[in-house]
Parts: sequence; structure tokens; C-alpha cells
Amino acid sequence: MKVLVTVKRVIDPYVKVRVKSDGSGVETANVKMTMNPFCEIAVEQAVRMKEAGVASEIVAVSIGVQQCQETLRTAMAMGADRGILVETAGEVQPLAVAKVLKAIVDKEQPKLVIMGKQAIDDDSNQSGQMLAALLGWPQAAFISSITVNGETADVTREIDGGLEKLTVRLPAVVTADLRLNEPRYVTLPNIMKAKKKPLEVMKPDALGVDIAPRLTILKVQEPPKRGAGVKVADVKELVAKLRNEAKVI
Amino acid sequence: MSTYSAPLKDMQFAIKELVGLDEVAALPGCGEVSAGLVDAVLAEAAKFAQEVLDPLNRSGDRQGARLADGKVIVPDGFDKAYRQFIEAGWNGLSGQPEFGGQGLPHIVAMPVQEMWNSANMAFCLCPMLTSGVLEALHVHGTPQQQKTYLPRLTAGEWAGTMNLTEPQAGSDLSAVRTRAVPEGDHYRIHGTKIFITWGEHDMAENIIHLVLARTPGAPEGVKGISLFIVPKFLVNADGSLGERNDVRCVSLEHKLGIHASPTCVLAYGDGKGAVGFLVGEENRGLEYMFTMMNHARLGVGMEGVALAERAYQHALEYAKTRVQGREIGQRSGDRVTIIHHPDVRRMLMSMKAQTEAMRALAYFAAAVLDRAKRHPDEQERRRHQALIDLLTPIVKGWCTEQSVEVATTGIQVHGGMGFVEETGAAQFLRDARITTIYEGTTGIQANDLIGRKVAFEQGATAKAVIAAMRAVDGELAKHAELAAIRASLTAGMRAVEEATDWLVATYPADAKAAAACAVPYLKLFGIVAGGWQMARAALIAQSRLEAKEGDADFYRAKLVTARFYADHILPQAAALGHTVVNGADSVLALDPAGF
Repeated sequence: MKVLVTVKRVIDPYVKVRVKSDGSGVETANVKMTMNPFCEIAVEQAVRMKEAGVASEIVAVSIGVQQCQETLRTAMAMGADRGILVETAGEVQPLAVAKVLKAIVDKEQPKLVIMGKQAIDDDSNQSGQMLAALLGWPQAAFISSITVNGETADVTREIDGGLEKLTVRLPAVVTADLRLNEPRYVTLPNIMKAKKKPLEVMKPDALGVDIAPRLTILKVQEPPKRGAGVKVADVKELVAKLRNEAKVI
Repeated sequence: MSTYSAPLKDMQFAIKELVGLDEVAALPGCGEVSAGLVDAVLAEAAKFAQEVLDPLNRSGDRQGARLADGKVIVPDGFDKAYRQFIEAGWNGLSGQPEFGGQGLPHIVAMPVQEMWNSANMAFCLCPMLTSGVLEALHVHGTPQQQKTYLPRLTAGEWAGTMNLTEPQAGSDLSAVRTRAVPEGDHYRIHGTKIFITWGEHDMAENIIHLVLARTPGAPEGVKGISLFIVPKFLVNADGSLGERNDVRCVSLEHKLGIHASPTCVLAYGDGKGAVGFLVGEENRGLEYMFTMMNHARLGVGMEGVALAERAYQHALEYAKTRVQGREIGQRSGDRVTIIHHPDVRRMLMSMKAQTEAMRALAYFAAAVLDRAKRHPDEQERRRHQALIDLLTPIVKGWCTEQSVEVATTGIQVHGGMGFVEETGAAQFLRDARITTIYEGTTGIQANDLIGRKVAFEQGATAKAVIAAMRAVDGELAKHAELAAIRASLTAGMRAVEEATDWLVATYPADAKAAAACAVPYLKLFGIVAGGWQMARAALIAQSRLEAKEGDADFYRAKLVTARFYADHILPQAAALGHTVVNGADSVLALDPAGF
């Protein structure tokens, strides 16, 4: 079974994110970048499937600037067999991501696509769902476990208020939640080997996909600073404040 | 409480821009080395250091290694971390490819080692000692010994130790008394070794001790010492582990620092004698030991850099969060974090500037070592060998002495909070304190520098280094903005040059007078060599800023840091130069009875 995993290059979660002075976005120049943690979980799952003999080949795909090749090399150091970079200059919005991925899936014909449930930069949480819709495939988002049984997969989804167990027909798109697994540390020999694995670079045009943004960003700003707290005398005062000042009840 | 964050930007700057990764990558056997590979290796090493090793640093210090029923119990989590460490293949970073290593050059290994040491020096002493054994056996072992030991040592499944010191034989190894009596194809070893770092533990399946001992009838002194392989478990012909050898850990030292690293007293041959196998020829053990000692000395210098970095990060975080007082000259208004106070800023800058200068010099030395080992041209190999021979005691002596100073400053930034253990600032000083002692004290390094490395060749290599500094002076002259750095470096160069001339003239006639101020000479050389590298860094930063390339914030900070070094650290050179040339008399004027 061929598995396709997607990896996004994002600002390292340990970096303090700064808003650009013109408010057009966040500063990414000279900032440490890394693989989106949820994508890491997706890659790890694919590698575990390969180790278990369930998956036969893992193709890692990334969309973005040239430096995404580094992210793909990391995926290959984790265990992906080859990489595909769809190189773009600027921002790619979720719908465009889904369209590009659909074109790749049409070409590669994987039986399973594993994605991160969302990227920690814009937290859109849309690409996986959109890709499944474009493909007309079943989808299972936010999975915390997956077992493939021939033509179906049993998954557990993390939903509000509990866990949902489903069986999806394959081929399908699944998106990884935090508890699906704990990604391994990349080994040094595998970093060296990853340099030699094939990495194909292509442009969205070659796939016949229009990636022009459909959404306009008006302004990006820092969240307002939290004010100091107040001590309330009793429950009555708390309820009054929640009702009259915070206006939440 | 701060957490370690690998200074990847400064490391990458030093590797790629300052030291010249491209040149090293062009050397034979470095075909796989590229900027992309270095980025990937450093990024993964940083992750491992930050997520696995750093969280165990403080707990390891508090808990320490313990001895129970002859077994060493390592602090909680160390066992698992070691397994993760070897499973990730880090132990084989610079090991020989034929035995399963990656064969990466020192310029890649050095920053990785820095990260391990910053995150958890006590832990990484274990792999560091293993790499010493690897190197010694790779150069001096028989093919059979190499086949038996190197693959497992490279993988880290087995660990290694160095057994030199005995109670009466510390810096003076000629006093070694451990006996080795021939018996068939092996020897029986009897004696006691002390200060054996990671001498006993269960993290690895086997421990390969390299032991200095005397054979019957061996000449007195250093020319009668041989080197032996003494495995904790004897190795069967098929590579499986056999009988437990006659070597026991009888006690652990109670130390000022590196608490998590078991420093063992090892008793050899309490029964019928530990089985040992000769390395190379009899009576040449010390010579063999020294092939890897020089490398180990660079490694200890790197520990100095690493601890200085860690102490700096810790102090910086405290200075950015601790609120105390108003800005100087303000009588009202908000209270500020202490980083707003000029003296705290000065302390932080001195920590930062010295750490960056030390890193630059240590990485520079790593690249010199790579050229000394791998350059295709023999003349070039020899030239770089002479250079690394000169730089090794400087990197070891200067970086470790400065790391103690930087860690002390780190405590000072914390004020009273630094003096209590809860803030964690003290550990870096306690851990740093060993680095000026083991692998040869600063005094030993300085004697090596003035004797073998400077006086014996009439200062030829030292003067070549000074000439290289002068070449930078010509570049600095082209930039008016760097005038202050240039002036300070010029004064520093003059001080080294005068001191070197004095040494070369004095040493043959009066070695005692030369040795009296050997340590000030070593510090002088270190400070000026650090200033040389900072000046080179400033030149690069200036040209990148002019060309509007790269991370402008980083380059601007580099310029400021180089300027601080020129104004605050480099001027010490003149004073040290004065001491070297004039200070011997007062050192030696009082005879021992006069004290």
C-alpha cells in the first residue's frame, strides 16, 4: 500500500512569533523554521505502518518555498522513501493546498493520505477535509489511532466530549491528532541516507493548478495584552461581573 | 529556571562564514559534507540536546551517581537517555565508516559536542571517553583488536574509559605503579586507578578500559609504561560476552561538580589479576595515550565553551525576568527588569562576548585539525599539524579558565539568588570547575605551550599566527567603523609578539623564569587569538550589512559584541604581556621556606 504524507514548513514552536511592522503577516525572515508538529505525527504514523509491513512506500509532499526541501529531507530521515516539493513563492491558502494535493494524489494513486490535522502557524484545519472532498474520498479527521484491514481502516477520532470509532473505506484521507503517536528522534545514519533519497521539485503550473489566494488578509496584529486580575469578594460579585462587565452570562 | 536553546545561529555563522565549511568539505573523505547536511545534523542534535539531555541536567546534579554493592547506579533517566543517544546513532558521529561510524569531520562534530555539553556535561563525558578509546585503538590497535572492539564502541553498545591516574601518579605519570604480568597471549593486571570517569555503570553492555601499567623489568619513568585493553567482560571469539574480568569499582569520589558522572576508584586484580591485552608495543603506552589526549584536550576546551554558553543563557533569562529597582536616574515610574541596569548589561555582554570568541577559536581549531588530518598535500598537513599543536593547549587552557569566569559572572547576575542552589546558576560553575583541571591542568597546558609548542621551534608557529592576525589588520584598516577594534587588536598583537620574543630568548637559558609566567602567556595568547577571531567576525558582519545580505539583526549584534570584546576584554592583553616579561622574578624570589 502506498501512503502519501504531507509536511508543512512552519515557524519553530519555540520561537516567539513577531508581527511584521506593516501588519501584513508574521515575520518569517531569519526565523528558525521546522516541520509542523502535526505533520511530524503524520510521517511517524506512515513510517510505523511501513515498519509493520502495512505500507510499502511512503511519499512525502510539501508545498512552499525552496527551503521546504529541508523539511522533506527531515521526513525522509524519519523514513519516507521519496519527496515531492511543489515549489511556490508566496503564501498558499488551504483550498490551493488541497487542489495541489489532489493533482499529486491523481498522479501517485496512494491508498491512504495522512496529514496533520492543522498547521501551527495559521491553524486553518481545512486542507485535509477539502482534499477529501475534492477527491470524493472518505475522510477521518483528528485521529488518535488507525488500523488498516485490507480495504478499510478502523480509526478513533478525538471529538468534543469523547472518542468516536469509525471504519472508513480506502482510499481515504486521515488527519493526525496529537495522541496518534510520539514521533521518533531522527537518527544520524538516516540523516545521511536521506540526502541520497529522490526529491522531485515541480511548479503548480505543471500540475495545472491555480494557487491564487481567494482570501484577503486585512491586518495581522498581536493579541491584546491581558489586563491585571481582580479579586472578588464572593460568588455574587463574580456572577455580577461576568454578567455586567464581561457580558458572558 | 532556564532551558537550553542551542545557539544555532552563532554556530552556523562560525562554521559557514568564519571558519570556512566549504574548504573543509572539499577535503578528501568529506564528500558528503554540505551546508544542508550541517543544518540537518545541527537541527536534530539541538532537538536531542534540548529535549532529552537538558531536562536531566539538574536532576542528575541533585541526585548524583551512587555506588551500591559494587554497582554504580546512575541518576534517574540517564539509562534511557543513553539508549536513545546510541539508537539515534550519535555515538558514531565522527567514528570511522569501516566500523560503522559516519566519519564526519571535526568542524561538524565540534558544535554537536558543544550542544551535548551545554545540555548535560556529566552525561556526555561517557561518550566522550568512548571516543577517546576509539581513537587510540583505531591508531594503535591490531586489526584483530579493532575488529573485536571498534564496531561495538562506535555504536555505543560498549563504552570506554581512560585509566591513567593513581594516588601517587597524577600530573606526573612516571610514578605509575600498576603491574602487568605476561601470561600466554595476555597479561594479568594488578593495581588501583583513581579518577576514572564513568569507570563503572550498566548503561552500556560492556566497558573497555584502557589502562596504563608497567611490565616486569620495564625501565623507570615514562619510558616504561605500556597500554592495555582491559574489558569489564571478556569478549569470546564469536564476539559474545564471556567472564567478568577482575576489575571492580570500590568507591566513587564526592566531587564539587559533574555529580551525575561516576568518578570511580577501580581495583584491578584483587583476585588472580585482570586479563589485559597489550596495545602496540611494550613501554610505548604514554606515547599512544597522547595521540588521543590532544584531541581530548580540544574536547575539554569545548566543554568550557559549552558551559559558558549555558551559564550565559541562564543569566540572561533571569536578567530578563527579575524585576528590581528603577532605571538609573529615575525616581519614579515602573520598576524594571534588571537587564535595564548598566552593570547587569555589562556582565551579560562580557559573558556573551567571551563565549562567542571562545566558540570562534574552538571551531577554528576544529577546522585546522581537519586540515591537519585530511589535506591531500603533505606540506599543508604538516603546517596545520603545527598550528593545531599550538592551538590545543590554548583552546583547552583559555576556554576552560574563561568558562569558570563566565559561570561566576552568571552567578553574580543572579545576586543572592545565584548563591542558593535552587536557581541552578551554581551548577554551571561547579561543573566548569573541573575543566581547568582534568586532561592536564592549566599549568600543564601552559608549560606544554611555552616549551614544546613555542620555545622548541623558536616561536615559528606562534609567529605565523601573529602574521595571520596582521593580515586581518590590513582588512580592518579599510573600514573606519572598525577602527576601535583594529586599535585594540594591534595592541594585543604587539603584546603577544613581545611576550613570544621574550619567551624564545629566555626559555633556553632559564626555563624556570619562563615557566613562572606560562599561564599568563597562555591567557594572553587566548585573549588575543579570541580577539583575532572576533575581528574577523566583525569584518564579515560589516560586509554582509553593507551588501544587505542575511540576518541584519544578527550581524549588527555581532559588530557590537566584537566592539565590546575590543573595549573590555582585549585590553587585558597589554597587562598580561607586562606580567609575562616582568613577572618571573617576584614569582620565584621567595624560596619555599619564605612562605
